[in-house]
Amino acid sequence: MRVALSMLAVTVANWVMKASGPLALGHRQLPRTARRIVALMAPTLLAGLIVVELGDPDGGDLNWTQIVGVVVAGAARLLKLPMLLAVLCGAAATAVLRLM
Amino acid sequence: MGRSLAYSSCEKESSGSGTNAGGHAADQMTTRSRFEEGVRAGVGPGAATFALGLSFGAAASIAGWGTALTILFSMLAFSGSAQFALLTTLPTGNAGAAIASAALINARYVVMGIALNDSLRGSRLWRAVQAQVLVDASFVVAYRGAGLFDIVRMAGASVPQWLGWVAGTAVGVLTRPSSDLLHDTGADVIFPAFFLVLLMEEVRRSLRALLSALCGAVIAGAMLLVTEPGYALLAATAGALVGLLPEDPVGSGRDQASGRDEASGGDEASGRDEASGGDADGTPGSSA
Repeated sequence: MRVALSMLAVTVANWVMKASGPLALGHRQLPRTARRIVALMAPTLLAGLIVVELGDPDGGDLNWTQIVGVVVAGAARLLKLPMLLAVLCGAAATAVLRLM
Repeated sequence: MGRSLAYSSCEKESSGSGTNAGGHAADQMTTRSRFEEGVRAGVGPGAATFALGLSFGAAASIAGWGTALTILFSMLAFSGSAQFALLTTLPTGNAGAAIASAALINARYVVMGIALNDSLRGSRLWRAVQAQVLVDASFVVAYRGAGLFDIVRMAGASVPQWLGWVAGTAVGVLTRPSSDLLHDTGADVIFPAFFLVLLMEEVRRSLRALLSALCGAVIAGAMLLVTEPGYALLAATAGALVGLLPEDPVGSGRDQASGRDEASGGDEASGRDEASGGDADGTPGSSA
């Protein structure tokens, strides 16, 4: 029961987090300055996500095979490969490195 | 179908001009094509989500959470970071603290929900319902410039991720795959690689986008040394405050276009797509 109630609480909290902005603002538009900040939210969040994905939350060493895979994916994309293929190239490069 | 056409239709829809039968059919078609475009864009992160779901399902099974309950949790919560946080913290102590930790790890959704609001339609409640399709990768995929988002595209991108997360959880909880298997196949590269290729497209827009990304990365890296990933991500969003700086000369053309967009209801991203021709694989690429 403790686990089930905890799951329910986290689920509801998650819904509320997503809903709170629209519920609070309604039809009101953001001011121009706020829109300029919002316009930069995507690249900022992406960069943060990359760091968080590559970082070790326990403070240990970075996993260099993972980093190489991500770099390979970026290079593949620069070579105009489709996005999904570029990402798969990165995963494959890491898999090969870990096999060696 | 070009995104400019799709968004033109979207604007018509929102202004109420597409009221005749032909216009209605066209609106439905473009809505459908935008949704399908989103689904295609969500396949990559969906694959990564499946791998994460496998890990979560296996760990939940080992923790004795039960098959049905764990799968139901993934179906309803659809939040890897919060679910992993609960799984990690619940066995170690107070349930209230575990719940608070798991909930707060998603506090970034408050900021992202505010960012989405100008792109949502309808009453407050309906806007809140629409915001439920929000997840990190979909937020980025749905961005169309000038601070606006395509909510239909975002919903489409969330579908494969939800399916991947639930299916991954189910397979994980039933089969308990070893973490070595996922590690050996390089599955942990999929998410960061996907985010990198999206970022590469984003930072081409302007110097400010590049600067905000650098700030976000530095803040996330510094915060990761002292706190959980969810809080580090929340702090990283402060990098977007670069938007308070004066407009940069390199991105001024884009920014001027954005200004027009805000006035006219057009969009910058569609112009970008028309110029690039879009991606062969239908993934967001230049359009993200």
